[in-house]
Amino acid sequence: MTITKRKFDVVIVGAGGSGMRAALQLSEAGVKVAVLSKVFPTRSHTVAAQGGIAASLGNVTEDNWHWHMYDTVKGSDYLGDQDAIEFMCRQANEVVYELEHFGMPFDRLENGKIYQRPFGGQSQNFGGAQATRSCAAADRTGHALLHTLYQRNVRANTQFFNEWMGLDLIHDEQGDVLGVTALEIETGEVVALQARAVLLATGGGGRVFQASTNAFINTGDGLGMAARSGIPLEDMEFWQFHPTGVYGAGVLISEAVRGEGGYLLNKDGERFMERYAPNARDLASRDVVSRAMTTEIKEGRGCGINADHILLKLNHLDANVINMRLPGIREIAIKFAQVDPINEPIPVVPTAHYMMGGIPTNLHGQVVVPYKTGPEEVVQGLYAAGECACVSVHGANRLGTNSLLDILVFGRAVGSQIIEDLRNNPHHKPFPTSSTDKSLARLARLDSQKDGESVAQVGDVLRKTMQAHCGVFRFADMLKEGVTKISKIAERAEHTEIRDKSRVFNTARVEALELTNLAEVALATMVSAEARNESRGAHARDDFSIRDDNKWLKHTLYFSEERRLDYKPVRLKPLTVESFSPKARTY
Amino acid sequence: MKELDRVRWRCRRGMLELDIILQRFVDKHYTQLNDTELQQFDTFLNLPDNDLWDMITAKKEIKDIKLQPMLQLLQIV
Repeated sequence: MTITKRKFDVVIVGAGGSGMRAALQLSEAGVKVAVLSKVFPTRSHTVAAQGGIAASLGNVTEDNWHWHMYDTVKGSDYLGDQDAIEFMCRQANEVVYELEHFGMPFDRLENGKIYQRPFGGQSQNFGGAQATRSCAAADRTGHALLHTLYQRNVRANTQFFNEWMGLDLIHDEQGDVLGVTALEIETGEVVALQARAVLLATGGGGRVFQASTNAFINTGDGLGMAARSGIPLEDMEFWQFHPTGVYGAGVLISEAVRGEGGYLLNKDGERFMERYAPNARDLASRDVVSRAMTTEIKEGRGCGINADHILLKLNHLDANVINMRLPGIREIAIKFAQVDPINEPIPVVPTAHYMMGGIPTNLHGQVVVPYKTGPEEVVQGLYAAGECACVSVHGANRLGTNSLLDILVFGRAVGSQIIEDLRNNPHHKPFPTSSTDKSLARLARLDSQKDGESVAQVGDVLRKTMQAHCGVFRFADMLKEGVTKISKIAERAEHTEIRDKSRVFNTARVEALELTNLAEVALATMVSAEARNESRGAHARDDFSIRDDNKWLKHTLYFSEERRLDYKPVRLKPLTVESFSPKARTY
Repeated sequence: MKELDRVRWRCRRGMLELDIILQRFVDKHYTQLNDTELQQFDTFLNLPDNDLWDMITAKKEIKDIKLQPMLQLLQIV
């Protein structure tokens, strides 16, 4: 099979918030940019972000970036890199004002300034009173952000390749990245896109869990591409879960339901939160509630035929309260759980929401790996930003409204860094023909595979295994068994068979390729989680229930090739201020 | 066959809620749609995610009355 080549200055894989913010930076500087996206850009998962963008504008209450930095470091359970966190919090106001200038329809105060609202985890004066830091556009901030960036990019002549999927990185023997191979879904053609810089901005990989709030497109494609090229994945054991996603669907049931008096029941009809949190009960923090739910299920008190979920009861509330105070909840329950919450409780489970780990980068968005002389050597030509990257500003847990800030700050920063790097690197390097063989071999294998399992079947087992063995609350025996299981499943993902072998718009092939990316994400998660013998942020171990800074104040690096782990220090030194040293995290 | 593949892919959205509803709709109704209905469904698919979701959950009304029956199908699927 011959392979068509095309040449650009920069190729960006992914057209969500970070990919489009970077593309804009580059296109406006006159750089020739190609942006690949599996779906139309404004249908990227950024669209689902409702909360807002954190920035210490101080429009409603006094605020400053240093307080925001403190909250973020504390929220990260001290695993976040403090130089990157300082950088992000200091740039927040600027990226928000810039977005305003681009035409983003922010909510306004009467005086015309950007309206800000309070959000969990935001404080004034280093852990004092609630701060008011979130800038939003009604309940559709992500949507407004994507549309604003897309319009600007069209105007700046960014070239979009919609319904294209990135396959593999093209690199030379030194490991320098020289482009990507990609599949045009419409024609089934594989194309080598040669570039002086490749930016991975493919978002999260939440589809590795059976219960996930992530859209179907979130299959961790960039992580798979990086892992197959020998790039380690950082801190993959850290996933944020939400306690109440609809069982079997993943759609979120807002915390407001418990706020209005809804409560959780096990199969015996017991209001079990009373045992775990006698005072706060169902209103305890997300991780406490999620862990209690998992314990109930693990100890055989789950509901349903498979004893695998919990019930959220609100049918004791007045129908008017449900209709008036919890708009949309009834509809979600009817549509996705097939129950009317006015009459029956809603089946729920802890549901994966956000991936804190990813491709290791520095605060300029350059991918950094341990290599020869140091733990963080720059990979020439490769960059990552957004949820697929681990800068790391979220550490072991992310604060609400910091994800949209992350994609804006680091989308912009990586754009500027690429512009600078292109100056020092004015020519495309030729790449060996053999460097595209890997992708072609993967596709040829799919075409010739006989007696393989279906993609749906293997995907199902993978998601169930991740949920059962590596969910929100983790147990030593389950993790150990999980590593063996997921290794076998990853093997099976390499031998799936698709019935449709045609070229044109073959979505079965796309899904088979996505599954191999999910397998990389799942393996990295399970192996990293099994090894981390402590509880920190979103990683909660039954057998090691407390944070252990002496042994574990370090980032995990997982290498796909030998399924080996390495570690690197947390960057505790900020850019200009004093370091925040680890303290017990209480709210 | 390929039309079905194409439409299935275009039902891949940024919001999980729509992924599920649209997939359900395609499984249940797509092969029985006539040409006019196919075009109407396409009109819905071209809407931004939030607008489409607001219409499906009846938070937002649809201006074109001719699209009402198709929207109803989407609402009850």
